[in-house]
Amino acid sequence: MNYKLIVSTVLKVIKIEAVLMLVPLITALAYREDCFYSFLITMVVAFTIAHVISKFIKEDDKYFYSKDGLITVALTWIAVSLVGAVPFVISGEIPSFIDAFFETVSGFTTTGASILSDVESMSKGLLMWRSFSHFIGGMGVLVFIMAITRKTTDRPIHILRAEMPGPVVSKLVPKAKDTAKILYLIYIAITLIVAVCLLFGGMNLFESLTHAFGTAGTGGFGIKNDSIAGYSPYIQWVLAVGMLSFGVNFNLYYLLLLKKVGVVLKSTELRTYLIIVLASVAVITFNIYPLYNNFSNAIRAASFQTSSIITTTGYATADFNAWPSLSKMILFTLMFLGGCAGSTAGGLKLSRIMIATKKSKAELKKLLYPNTVSVIKFEGEKIEERVSNGVGTYVCIYFICFAILTLLVSLSGFSFETNVSAVTACFNNIGPGFDLVGPTANYSIYDGFTKIVLSIAMLLGRLEIYPLLLIFIPTTWKKR
Amino acid sequence: MKVIISGCGKIGSAILKSLIKEEHEIVVVDTDPKVIESITNRFDVLAICGNGASYDVLEEAGAKTADLFISLTSSDEFNMLSCFVAKKLGVPYTVARIRSSEYNNDGFSYIKNELGINVAVNPELLTAQHIFNVLNLPSATSVETFSANDIEMIEVIVKDATKVEGVPLYELRKKIPYKFLVCLVERDDKVYIPNGSFTIQAGDKVGIFASKADAPEVLKFFGFNKKTVKSVIIVGASKIAYYLSKLLTNAKSSVKIIDKDEQKCLKFSEELNKATLVHGNGMNQELLIEEGILNVDAFVALTGKDEENVLMSIFAKNKNVPKTITKINIEEILNLADELGLDTIISSKYLVADLIVGYARALESSKKSKIETLYSLFGGLAEASEFKILPDFKHTNVPLKELNINGETLVAGIIRNRETIIPCGEDVFRIGDKVIIITAGKTVYDLSDVIG
Repeated sequence: MNYKLIVSTVLKVIKIEAVLMLVPLITALAYREDCFYSFLITMVVAFTIAHVISKFIKEDDKYFYSKDGLITVALTWIAVSLVGAVPFVISGEIPSFIDAFFETVSGFTTTGASILSDVESMSKGLLMWRSFSHFIGGMGVLVFIMAITRKTTDRPIHILRAEMPGPVVSKLVPKAKDTAKILYLIYIAITLIVAVCLLFGGMNLFESLTHAFGTAGTGGFGIKNDSIAGYSPYIQWVLAVGMLSFGVNFNLYYLLLLKKVGVVLKSTELRTYLIIVLASVAVITFNIYPLYNNFSNAIRAASFQTSSIITTTGYATADFNAWPSLSKMILFTLMFLGGCAGSTAGGLKLSRIMIATKKSKAELKKLLYPNTVSVIKFEGEKIEERVSNGVGTYVCIYFICFAILTLLVSLSGFSFETNVSAVTACFNNIGPGFDLVGPTANYSIYDGFTKIVLSIAMLLGRLEIYPLLLIFIPTTWKKR
Repeated sequence: MKVIISGCGKIGSAILKSLIKEEHEIVVVDTDPKVIESITNRFDVLAICGNGASYDVLEEAGAKTADLFISLTSSDEFNMLSCFVAKKLGVPYTVARIRSSEYNNDGFSYIKNELGINVAVNPELLTAQHIFNVLNLPSATSVETFSANDIEMIEVIVKDATKVEGVPLYELRKKIPYKFLVCLVERDDKVYIPNGSFTIQAGDKVGIFASKADAPEVLKFFGFNKKTVKSVIIVGASKIAYYLSKLLTNAKSSVKIIDKDEQKCLKFSEELNKATLVHGNGMNQELLIEEGILNVDAFVALTGKDEENVLMSIFAKNKNVPKTITKINIEEILNLADELGLDTIISSKYLVADLIVGYARALESSKKSKIETLYSLFGGLAEASEFKILPDFKHTNVPLKELNINGETLVAGIIRNRETIIPCGEDVFRIGDKVIIITAGKTVYDLSDVIG
């Protein structure tokens, strides 16, 4: 393995993170808050240490294999979360480091699960940092580095693959760097559109930016104790549509820019995504109508929650914990789906589920007629055996991890529904679960060990398991 | 620059490697999903699985905005069709690999024009010509020709240095009545750009710049006996062998071709009436001796198997054949060849890659970089680049000795109105000149970067 290159990449990311802390720093400055100093200290110290260490590392080799890419991504995310937690601790607003780490991981992995019971008492700078970490984590830290820096390796595809979600990661243009740039530009453009729409709804700049960041990364950190519920119906609709649009494969936006509308409309994943959303909204609206006695309120609550959960954002306008169990079950199922591949959403990803379903169908058919030969097609193209097997393996590992994590969390002693939904919400990067971790509650009930387990669950979910899992496998560290 | 490569086999990969180093945007099209997968894992390119002659596939590959299209599949007709489609889609420059000798005749230029093929590359012919150049200067391990065709860079290994040892280069230049320049020396795996006080030792690999006519005479002073190759044994009745024996027999050398396949021998014997065809296994040493390897001037191993080529060449070397040439394709064996003590090694894919990369550079030069052409020397350790002196160049009409030239750089040649000058301190640059610059280790993109 190319340790030097891995370490120097991680250090580079930390330096960039220190620079990115300028955003909350400026916010704190604008509101004249004391947390300004905690950001300043963190920035200076982190940047200096990373810079000094990187001076001692000479990148002599640029060789880089799939394994190196996966390890780099895993270590980067852990490092970024550790550094990102420091301002919370220094400022004293989240005194425990484990809590601060949980909160930061939740931010970068775009989960939005919080341990804070009173968000409104937090200083604005720290709230901005929480939301901004959603924005950074949404598209990926290393993808960002790739977009703005000189080329670090000859084979950047391995980093792109390890950090970008979805079963098949393809480039838009020949160079990985340009692909990263295009993706980020699309990402920033849609975020700005959402922010401007929110400004029109009467939010101030701070509110509109934090919410736009939370929407863009499909994160879900709010700045109010009741999340979005207190805002006007207009803002709720803007956010609902905004979240939905970040759950769409970004490649499709690029195709739109290239004016290939026909290809976009033909995308089966997009169609399925919209059908699932519409169907869920319809059923939930019907199901919760008795609670609201008002059609427009019911459909707004249903659309907002559906859109928030399927894109794994986690904003809430209603306490869906109090909804009938059919609606709750639909939301619970949507938690696993996640958005389309190549979006900022978490979860299993729609395309993976679609491929797995088609594969299962083909296998069943083979059971009935052993001699049939069937080719699985997705988006009009043949899916190679290797890809469909990979999807099968991923789903299997996904549920094994899910079971282990749930077992570990169950040690805490809370109710079955609380624990299962807590793991589901963290593992799929959603945020709120049901019962004691429902939309009106938070994760402060858990002890330190469980918080660490849930932090790992969030990282596993965001990085799609493999990178982080590899760190724990001894053969990874063995010399060839 | 945006380049589309259709067909990514041995040659395609070699070209890809060189083009990537120069930061081109590359899209690869190939029909084999396995090739596509391996390419995406190894290179930062976009790879599309599909038929390179299909309008839709090429459009998907971005042919509408591409600057160069290269078709390298094994089928000539397919390459022609692909170039035609690419041209219709708007790619300004196309390169096709055309290997069949039927297409490499005079009538082909008509087809080439009609189909919009800018360059037709015949790897086998190119290789044959390269071998022929080397055979003309048997003491050289390699001969590089430049855009002005009368100038060459000859690579020689100085074995017996009695004539030049201890003499500084500037004295050597006075002593030898022909114009030449020692531009590169490789000693102990390191490449030096020598200055005037440098002295050559036995065992050095030396790159000498001279005009084609003077080269044999200059080599004589370096202790190499001028002896042109009069008789050659070629093993392997390949396409390269076909072209090579044509070139050789035209130059009045006697050629003997040995091949295992009787049918091939019969076919060659019919097509090449001046060459002698022998049916037999080149690995059979007795056969080689019987066919006169002991008295031959040069031995060329061109079979499809690298290992056999290496073994036969070692045998020929042991039997004191003055010149052996070995064709090697596999990179791993290529790296070992120096250790095996082989004389001259030929690799078609790198020859083609150099040619096409040179072409790409020439296209690029009209866009941003000022390099006209670039050649890799000494197995990639050094590079020669050609620049045109444009009116904005500051140091025109100043004698070279007064210019502050970077120590890693050497001005090896000035081409002025079709005349080549091997420069000395008194020569000057003029607007419109082409200058050949030699550098070790790094590529020079602008002449002003090294001269100031």
